[in-house]
Amino acid sequence: MSNKVRSGLTMLGVIIGVMAVILLVAIGDGAQQYISEQLAGLGTNLIMVIPGKTSASGGFHPPSAGTVRKLTYDDSLALKRRAWLLTDAIPIVFGTGKIKYQNMSRDMGVIGTSPEYLHLRSLFVEKGSFISQGDVDSKAKIVVLGAKVKEELFGSGNVLGKVVTLSDARYRVVGLMHKKGTSLGMDIDDNVYIPVTSAQELFDTDQLFQVMASVPRAEDVDQAIAQIKEILIRRHAHKEDFTIQTQGAMLETMNTILNVLTAVLTGIASISLLVGGIGIMNIMLVSVRERTREIGIRKALGARNRDIMAQFMIEAVTLSGAGGFIGIVVGVGLALIIPLFVEILHTRISAWAIILAFTFSATVGVFFGVYPARKAALQDPIQALRSE
Amino acid sequence: MIELTNITKNYRMGKLEIPVLRDLSLSVDQGELIAVMGPSGSGKSTLMNILGCLDRPTSGSYRFENREISAMTDDELASVRNIKIGFVFQNFNLLPRFSALKNVEVPLIYCGVPARQRRERAMPMLDKVGLADRMHHKPTELSGGQQQRVAIARALVNNPPLLLADEPTGNLDSSSGSEILNILTGLNRHGVTIMIVTHDRDVAAICKRIINLKDGMIINDQIKI
Ligand SMILES: Nc1ncnc2c1ncn2[C@@H]1O[C@H](COP(=O)(O)OP(=O)(O)OP(=O)(O)O)[C@@H](O)[C@H]1O
Ligand SMILES: [Mg+2]
Repeated sequence: MSNKVRSGLTMLGVIIGVMAVILLVAIGDGAQQYISEQLAGLGTNLIMVIPGKTSASGGFHPPSAGTVRKLTYDDSLALKRRAWLLTDAIPIVFGTGKIKYQNMSRDMGVIGTSPEYLHLRSLFVEKGSFISQGDVDSKAKIVVLGAKVKEELFGSGNVLGKVVTLSDARYRVVGLMHKKGTSLGMDIDDNVYIPVTSAQELFDTDQLFQVMASVPRAEDVDQAIAQIKEILIRRHAHKEDFTIQTQGAMLETMNTILNVLTAVLTGIASISLLVGGIGIMNIMLVSVRERTREIGIRKALGARNRDIMAQFMIEAVTLSGAGGFIGIVVGVGLALIIPLFVEILHTRISAWAIILAFTFSATVGVFFGVYPARKAALQDPIQALRSE
Repeated sequence: MIELTNITKNYRMGKLEIPVLRDLSLSVDQGELIAVMGPSGSGKSTLMNILGCLDRPTSGSYRFENREISAMTDDELASVRNIKIGFVFQNFNLLPRFSALKNVEVPLIYCGVPARQRRERAMPMLDKVGLADRMHHKPTELSGGQQQRVAIARALVNNPPLLLADEPTGNLDSSSGSEILNILTGLNRHGVTIMIVTHDRDVAAICKRIINLKDGMIINDQIKI
């Protein structure tokens, strides 16, 4: 009985190590998958132009007045007209504002954009209509409400034609968005949409937050970037004072960061596996000492060194293997359960993590079993028989 | 069967070499029943350990069934112990966690007998020593005499031609002791060569040959006619 308790405690080290490896890899993989899905949800082959230049060394220099030309609505029009590889070049102004209706008010995100935004972000209008090109051209004071904004301001009542106040300006509600949910931590339903030109007026700016463009075919992304550069550099007095980001590059950066993070965490978890292995070695050494007489008896009855070695190796590997197995079960179980309770954690259980963890734990058993088992095997039979 | 020539055994104690067996020569024929006697510390157990291939002599030649033992590797020695020699100890040396039956099976493990056949061969051995009804008892649930009978069954399970017993009755009362002796003499009648280390004159009395050791030398080797 006390032997079983001892074995259980010894295995615990391995169990925790394997469990930690599986869980951390599952969380890392889950995060990676989540982000890829979210970015893919933005539309494929997306290109973003933002003002300011990210230098080759990686630092980002925000645009500063005077030295850098801004990214303007006209830039977006020029891209739309002349960069023929792009399907659209959508101007975006983003800010936060206070929306008021009667005595109700709340803060939300204000997105100033053009009609194509709807299609690009795969959004749908529930009632009424989205921003039209005419609205953009005439700086119309119209607003399309996100589902959550509408619900909180108007409840279930009709909203079309109602007039709301957006940071002191009056806007007429022309549309209501279909419910969308969150994406990359942003609640899409908590936004309102107004024409980009009206947004520039609202936020008192003549520049854009970014220009979003999409390319129909992935092969054309590089060429499209070249086109954008050529057009904008000519417009910006031959200076490259903007940065072009592609969705693929963003995904890669994210993945790199997450991979490093996962590797570091897995490394830390591996240390606990190592500690578990040392626990196995410790207990095996105790076991060899306690059973010296048994070793002597077995040798006297014809056990070869390798038979004794095998006996103790099997014991060590059984301990670590069983620990590994339990660790996998617990790790996978936790990886399945945790997301149910912690919403921001997404997990994905991958076969390679399980195989890796199990192989590692078995290896730990072999590695830390060899020394005690050799010690057992090389006992002199006479000395071993004499021991108490 | 056994041919010892000029066997010496020294134990090293720090810088000192203590001679335990000195230039000992001995030959044993198949089917003999021999008592080995002598005062404590005279080297009886050391001699038995060398004969049993548990220990190697410092010098000299040991031939067993015409094969030179001192030239063998550890694995070959293990195989000789397994197949050719049965060992019975004064303190039984059973594996405490195993049942009587499992204990008897142990030598068969090391010559690759599959589990089922091990059982089939171990059970009649326990029957032979009169313990068929104690098969599943652990050593702690058996008397000293019963434990020694399990040990004899274990020593014989591989049908070795030689049985070495180092004070097999030393830890037993006289009635269990004579039971053990009866078993041993019975085996000898069936052709097993047996050497018994003993301090007991009565034990020696049943043996046809008595070897007396003193200070690592044979001082008397007599065969009764
Ligand atoms: N490992 C060892 N190291 C040093 N000396 C040893 C060792 N083993 C035995 N001896 C010595 O060898 C001598 C013979 O020991 P052995 O056990 O053969 O005696 P024995 O005749 O069996 O005695 P007993 O009748 O008491 O069992 C003793 O003096 C003992 O001290
Ligand atoms: Mg002795």
